[in-house]
Amino acid sequence: MKQVLQLIVNGEPQSCAVEPERTLLEALRYDLGLTGSKQGCDKGDCGACTVLVDGEPTLACITLALSVDGQRVTTVEGLARGPELHPVQDTFDQYGAAQCGFCTPGMLVSAWACLEQNPSATVDDLKLALSGNLCRCTGYTKIFEACLKAGERLKTEREKAGAR
Amino acid sequence: MSTTAPPKPEPAKVETAFSVIGKRNRKIEGRRKVTGAAVYTDDLAFPRMLHARILRSPHAHARIKSIDLTRALAHPGVVAGCTGKDMPVPYGIIPWTRDEYALGLDKVAYVGDAVACLAATDERTAAEALALIEVEYEVLPTVLTIEDALAHDDEPHQVNPFAKKGNVSKHVGLTFGDVDGALAASDVTIEETFEYAGSTHVPIEPHCAIGVPELNGVITVYSSTQVPHYLHRELARVLEMPADRIRVIQPTVGGGFGGKSEPFDLEFCVAWLARATGRPVKLLYTREEVFYAHRGRHPMRLTYKAGVSKDGALTGVKSKIHIDGGAYSSFGLVTTYYSGQLLTAPYRFPTYEFDSTRVFTNKPCCGPKRGHGSVQPRFAFECLLDMLAEKVGMDPIEIRRKNFIGDNTRTVNELRVTSNGFLECLSIVERASGWKERFRKLPFGKGLGVAGSMYISGTNYPIYPNDMPQSAVQIRVDRSGRVTVFCGASDIGQGSDSLLAYVVAEELGVELEAIRVVAADTDLTPVDMGAYSSRVTFMVGNAAIDAVKKLKKPIQQAVAEHWDVPAHSVWLAGGKVGTWDDPEKSMSPAEAFVLAESKFGTLGSVGSYNTPKDVHGTYRGGTIGASPAYSFTAHIAEVDVDVETGMVDVKKIWLAHDCGRAINPTLVEGQMDGSAYMGFAEAIMEEQAFKPTGLHDGPSLLDYKIPTSMDCPAFESHIVESVDAEGPYGAKEAGEGPLHPSVPAIANAIHDAIGVRMTQLPFTPAKVLKALREKRTAGRAWKGVV
Repeated sequence: MKQVLQLIVNGEPQSCAVEPERTLLEALRYDLGLTGSKQGCDKGDCGACTVLVDGEPTLACITLALSVDGQRVTTVEGLARGPELHPVQDTFDQYGAAQCGFCTPGMLVSAWACLEQNPSATVDDLKLALSGNLCRCTGYTKIFEACLKAGERLKTEREKAGAR
Repeated sequence: MSTTAPPKPEPAKVETAFSVIGKRNRKIEGRRKVTGAAVYTDDLAFPRMLHARILRSPHAHARIKSIDLTRALAHPGVVAGCTGKDMPVPYGIIPWTRDEYALGLDKVAYVGDAVACLAATDERTAAEALALIEVEYEVLPTVLTIEDALAHDDEPHQVNPFAKKGNVSKHVGLTFGDVDGALAASDVTIEETFEYAGSTHVPIEPHCAIGVPELNGVITVYSSTQVPHYLHRELARVLEMPADRIRVIQPTVGGGFGGKSEPFDLEFCVAWLARATGRPVKLLYTREEVFYAHRGRHPMRLTYKAGVSKDGALTGVKSKIHIDGGAYSSFGLVTTYYSGQLLTAPYRFPTYEFDSTRVFTNKPCCGPKRGHGSVQPRFAFECLLDMLAEKVGMDPIEIRRKNFIGDNTRTVNELRVTSNGFLECLSIVERASGWKERFRKLPFGKGLGVAGSMYISGTNYPIYPNDMPQSAVQIRVDRSGRVTVFCGASDIGQGSDSLLAYVVAEELGVELEAIRVVAADTDLTPVDMGAYSSRVTFMVGNAAIDAVKKLKKPIQQAVAEHWDVPAHSVWLAGGKVGTWDDPEKSMSPAEAFVLAESKFGTLGSVGSYNTPKDVHGTYRGGTIGASPAYSFTAHIAEVDVDVETGMVDVKKIWLAHDCGRAINPTLVEGQMDGSAYMGFAEAIMEEQAFKPTGLHDGPSLLDYKIPTSMDCPAFESHIVESVDAEGPYGAKEAGEGPLHPSVPAIANAIHDAIGVRMTQLPFTPAKVLKALREKRTAGRAWKGVV
């Protein structure tokens, strides 16, 4: 029997009725219309479904929707700052880090979490942070490049904010 | 002795006269991809949409005696179902080998072969109801290896009843010159057998299709395909409908790599079910099903014999190749030719012979994976060339330089080679990797290896014979200043839509932002053959230039009359219109379009590209492998081999690729990095393997391991521009060529590191340890270590 699921998704309260076996990914994609998060394997292997649950990167395809009832969920649609892209979204676009783009939503969520915590993340830090997100197009080269550039921009932003 | 390679120098700034070409522009759809707004097939939903699932065979080989859908159709929520009998017309991407049915008609030929399909109100119900389908099978003996296939060719063992004889899918034998005589007269000959394991594409997006019934009996199929045009043709055939009643739309595609370059069961099923129910029907493959759909790299066993004179000049090359095709033909006819035809550059072969046989086995069907048919022979030959260099005491790079075929020449099998930047590729990776200081000088366990390759920029002949253009582009401009470009080309992430925008913006002189691209919709766009054989940049680019040239003339004429200057003096560039006659005069493209529209009426043009037809031999099969231009690549790989565990750690791959001209260097580098990555993955970890029952060894991303961000070497990609005379702005391909040398470069690096020749893929710790044991037994020394 369906139960009511309440979430704060990308800052907005959302609710829908879901079966107990509904995954968070299904709820986001099919019940709430947020199709940015992707299903690549449906068993937690590829990372294309990665979203933030209370700030932590989480595999939405192996998370039951009702198990995160009441929590804050951030998807790729929630990374931008209003009409402005977050630096890591912008650098992914600028440096060719998204080819087919299918791993990109999950990859961006993991990269966002890593860089927001540590804008000085090195390639080795990034390798670890992104190791749960499979990309088949890029060999990760341009993803690392985009993340490093985004980290620099974030640091500059924070320095400017700190100086004020 | 230096143990580290020099740092990558900053790319030289080359000033060109172009405003768009050669610039690191963003992709036109890039912003959609980084915001989650890009719409892939599974992101689409339609009112009253049903969800379908396919029942698949649990047997590797069986006759279907009966199928009963009664119980399944009675299951609450199930709306319709179909079986092979509903679509009894065979299909196949190659018109000469149509040997598949949408769903098994009277037999199944591998574990996972499609048997029946159900549509229900939701996906879970459809999946549950599959268990209620009653199928009676008569299990047949299975054929799982090349040996089995050739040894047992009687009827119960025959995998594919469409085969002309036994289990032979295709045989090709071609001889160019007196190769036996040349080998006999060689100072040195080497013969070696190599085994290339099968691997699969693993696009992160699983295949998905939606059939939607429209007015007047039209069916629209949305599909994650990379060949909308061929899908359109085969849908009409199998559904027995006129092609004008079918529309194929390709939404954003989440990767293909060749794995979506022919029709699949799901597309036929959703179209049939949509027609039968009058409701939209979606079918999304599970990841497991993607492994069964396959069409990936063919396993091959390749025996090569090659000879050189004392100075390292090749005398002759001879091969015998067996190809494990799986259950159906797919592109197998072409694969069989490619296994021999595409080896004949960048080195000059004075004589050459190949004999290739593709067989049917009871496994998922192999097909075209990135570098179709030529990655396996390239691995074998580049390793053999390394062995020959060692034997005549030459540096591996020198033997490659020595045998360079040159530009504007013909290969031994009469392929016309135009531009060729291979020597520059070799020099760049030699310098970047510190080869001269480091090769054969690194400590035991560490090594460098080199390899080269060539690949086609599209095929000279389309898959079905016809005299129509291979690519067509339509352009419409109007008084707003907007330029709409229509083309059937298929963007699968490589940047096909952006290529169209870049070329039209450059050629028409408008800003990139003024361009809209409408692509891959068979109702709206002129035919393009699709994203395969690295054809898009060359063919679509040329078609776009043709279209703009025609469109530009009336615009120039209208502006010229307005300013009272000669038409040839009017230029459009960088978002401005001016005249050489008077630097003071200037207007916007929109103003120019208004003048032209006022004078000539609605503005539009069509352009097309077709290949030259005189660039290959006239012998039977001489057209296969012929391309308007060839790309060239060189790799150097650095490895660190742990002799205790057998682990091969690929530290770095330096690659240089002659793409003719980089229309967008960022996208070319992306293709190069991604190609080298995929080759590395095949070399080290990937294998599409099966249990003795024919069951897949592990159809999931946990069992079939692809490299994560932790596993990859560093890739350093260097672009070489040979500026091809016939390519758009000189461009050739970049998407597949750079994969080829990865595997042999790694194998050759392992030899430099520990002195063993790896001849079987993938180079797993077990295989490395075995090779090391054999070397110790043989007592050969390498770098002072026994």
